[in-house]
Amino acid sequence: MSKLSIHGLSKTYSDGFQAVRKVDLEVQAGEFLSLLGSSGCGKTTTLQMVAGFIPPTTGAVVLDGRDITHAAPEKRDMGVVFQSYALFPHMTVAQNVRFGLEMRKMKRPQVDDRMAESLSMVRLSGLENRYPSELSGGQRQRVAIARVLAIRPRVLLLDEPMSNLDAKLRGEMHVELRALQRRLGITTVLVTHDQAEAMMMSDRIAVMANGGIAELGTPQNIYDHPTSEFALKFLGQANVITGEIASMQDEIAAVRIGSASVTAKVAGGQIGRQTKLFVRPERLRLTPADNCNVKGTVLTRLFLGGLWFYEIETELGKLRSTAANFGTAQPNEGEAVGISWSDGDLQFVASEVGNG
Amino acid sequence: MAEKVTRGNGSQWLLSLPALAMFLGLLIVPLALTAILSFNVFDAVRGSQSNFTFGNYIDVLSDGYYYELFLRTAGMSLGVTVICVVLGLPETLFLSRMRSVWQGTFFVVILGPLLISVVVRTLGWSILLGRDGVINNVLISLKLAQRPVQLMFTMTGVVIVLTHVMLPFMIIAIWSTLQKVDAQVAHAARSLGAGPWTTFRRVILPQLLPGILSGSIIVFTLSASAFATPALIGGRRVKLVTTAIYDEFLSSLNWPLGAAIAVLLLLGIAFVVVGSNRLIERRFKQVFA
Amino acid sequence: MSTRSIGENGPAALLFHTLFTAFIVAPLIVTILVSFSDKGYISMPFEGASLRWYRAILDAPDIIGAFWLSVWLGLGSATLAIAVAIPAAIAIARYRFSGRDALMALLLSPLMVPHVVLGVAFLRFFSMLSWTGSSIALLLVHALIVVPYALRLTLGALIGLERDAELAARSLGASRWTSFRRILLALIMPGVVGGWSLAFIQSFDEVTMTIFVATPGTTTLPVALYHRVSMLTDPVTTSVSTIMIVGTMGLMFVLDRIVGLDNVLIGKK
Repeated sequence: MSKLSIHGLSKTYSDGFQAVRKVDLEVQAGEFLSLLGSSGCGKTTTLQMVAGFIPPTTGAVVLDGRDITHAAPEKRDMGVVFQSYALFPHMTVAQNVRFGLEMRKMKRPQVDDRMAESLSMVRLSGLENRYPSELSGGQRQRVAIARVLAIRPRVLLLDEPMSNLDAKLRGEMHVELRALQRRLGITTVLVTHDQAEAMMMSDRIAVMANGGIAELGTPQNIYDHPTSEFALKFLGQANVITGEIASMQDEIAAVRIGSASVTAKVAGGQIGRQTKLFVRPERLRLTPADNCNVKGTVLTRLFLGGLWFYEIETELGKLRSTAANFGTAQPNEGEAVGISWSDGDLQFVASEVGNG
Repeated sequence: MAEKVTRGNGSQWLLSLPALAMFLGLLIVPLALTAILSFNVFDAVRGSQSNFTFGNYIDVLSDGYYYELFLRTAGMSLGVTVICVVLGLPETLFLSRMRSVWQGTFFVVILGPLLISVVVRTLGWSILLGRDGVINNVLISLKLAQRPVQLMFTMTGVVIVLTHVMLPFMIIAIWSTLQKVDAQVAHAARSLGAGPWTTFRRVILPQLLPGILSGSIIVFTLSASAFATPALIGGRRVKLVTTAIYDEFLSSLNWPLGAAIAVLLLLGIAFVVVGSNRLIERRFKQVFA
Repeated sequence: MSTRSIGENGPAALLFHTLFTAFIVAPLIVTILVSFSDKGYISMPFEGASLRWYRAILDAPDIIGAFWLSVWLGLGSATLAIAVAIPAAIAIARYRFSGRDALMALLLSPLMVPHVVLGVAFLRFFSMLSWTGSSIALLLVHALIVVPYALRLTLGALIGLERDAELAARSLGASRWTSFRRILLALIMPGVVGGWSLAFIQSFDEVTMTIFVATPGTTTLPVALYHRVSMLTDPVTTSVSTIMIVGTMGLMFVLDRIVGLDNVLIGKK
């Protein structure tokens, strides 16, 4: 169980482009941490600097107290799973998995044992003599995972390893990979653009944008209490309402939107200021119109199997709401409904990207 | 989405008819006639006769002179091939690591000569290789040689120029294979503990082998078939299969014998090409399917 | 321990590359330089610069005649080659049939058959038909030799091309021929132009086969050059060569604009 620290890591290319700006991160022993962001945010570059494929411009990478910033990749004892899996096409599955062990000069009987163990961990025993070209995409991914597990690395680095799988397979792999990681306790960093994947698998998420970390926290914390609009919009869906603060009392603001007024806790709010509030769709309940926070009319209603989805026109603007499907009767399009939420569901959100 | 390839229904033969007619009439027939010619008798006084004989082949296959000829040609081609691999492989790797701005330029510089007639390139070399030529001048002024080194009209000179002519082919072949190699594979090997040299030796090089082999086949067969370059650089002193064919046809006028040598050259090349392709297919099929 | 990224070129590699490139361009540079010498024989280095060897070309009618023959041959054979290659390429790219591989091997075979063998075969063939000295016959065999180049590039443009655009045209009322002419041909035009250009260049440059079938009346420029180089050390060869080098570079530039030179030289990735 290893601890990985990143201090002030940055990467500026010779044409002036700053791919990564001053990233600081501590990955605890055995933790599963995701670097989440869209393309170009710097997450892959960060991973490549940790792995040693790209030299950083400034900063340090420290593993278990040892500074490895300028160490060659082969001396870092990290396992990397690539987006394309990067299997050695001219070697069989067995040879692929044995490779890392051979590099560590292990004796043959031990090598074979470890190889067999790794393959059974990913449920690929029996395919030792196949070539990668003879395997399906899902099988190739498992070989890539077995190949790194065999060397029992101190840190596991995953560079969008699921993007080439179909949705169903991806879902299965999420569960399997997480279970494996928990069982083996390997410190893991996952790079992904898929927020559902990040939330599902991680102990903590670092949301990245423009080469820096915008938000850092547990999935639930970031989801329920994002500190920036960017993080809010990146994870899950949200209704964002802009209004003017009419009055303040002990940090509770009355915010006027058009002719309607709602209350929410706004830290540091000033009367007269514009402010943004948000509420998640699943926190909006459809209630009778005579007993609600705000009245509205159903514009669109969609059935999504496990959920009902609504778009409702209200004085606060168009609000989206989801409700679990319990088999009960639902309001139709065009009907008048009421929307309610609990205290604390409607939250203030900062407009700028925060620094986690 | 429409199907891209459909089952043949006869129109494919209609479409191929012009090409087929051309090749049948202008390639197959002349080659067949040449083969027939090789079985004719040659009379020093009366010229080629149309009697049928194996004599020409017996002459070639039993005479040590011709064995030497074929051996020399094969040996020279093999030498050129090896040098092209040794020089071409590092250069191709170097090119692949260049920034694309430079890469484009150097591709034109290195591969462009393919579009210039081999006579022109060979002429340039004859200027460089002469006793009074640039290379000798440089060697002498650098005190690397006392007297001018004889390069023209030697096998060494021929090999040098053929290497120059063939290198682009080798680079193209290796480059095509290199494109198919996943760039991440080298990173994967490094992260698993392999140093740069081990990564090259065990991961990159094996994947490049098919390209190296197919490049070698091309270079070998083109070298064995080369005429203009050996004739101009080697002159009368370097005797190869192709120059022998020229001599028989245009000097001695012994067409049947020349045809026999030509047929043997063609068969030799066909054997090498087909044989090596089979080998490559069998060895690499399951890996690069 | 390295602060360089994996996959960058170091100083040793740079040296190798420089020597390599020098090796490749040396004969060309030398030829161009010598062509401006004022000496009556080929020598390096030289003192005076002069254009006398370029003026001398004008006094060599055989060279000028050979040049025009080569141009005419190139234009004709490239056009003929592309004309037979396009339908054959369509057949190979779009149909699955049992003779497909054999057909392609046949049409590409001139690349592998030694040009010396082709030369003697055509020599024999022409003498039997009394075609010796015929420029049309020479054009036909040049076309044959360059078909592989025309075919390869045309095929490259065809393979993987969706048929949807043509089917859309047909459903809108276009006939088969119109659909071919205005849709398909337009879509594969870069490949066709590239194939034609490469065929032209290869026909113009061809020397080995042509040596055998050329006659005093049908001598191409490379053959004329060959004979001059092998007989005497006549510096006119250097000025002619320089013109050929510059001309080829110009063609390469144009080709690069239209099709992309890497497509022509290496083929589509």
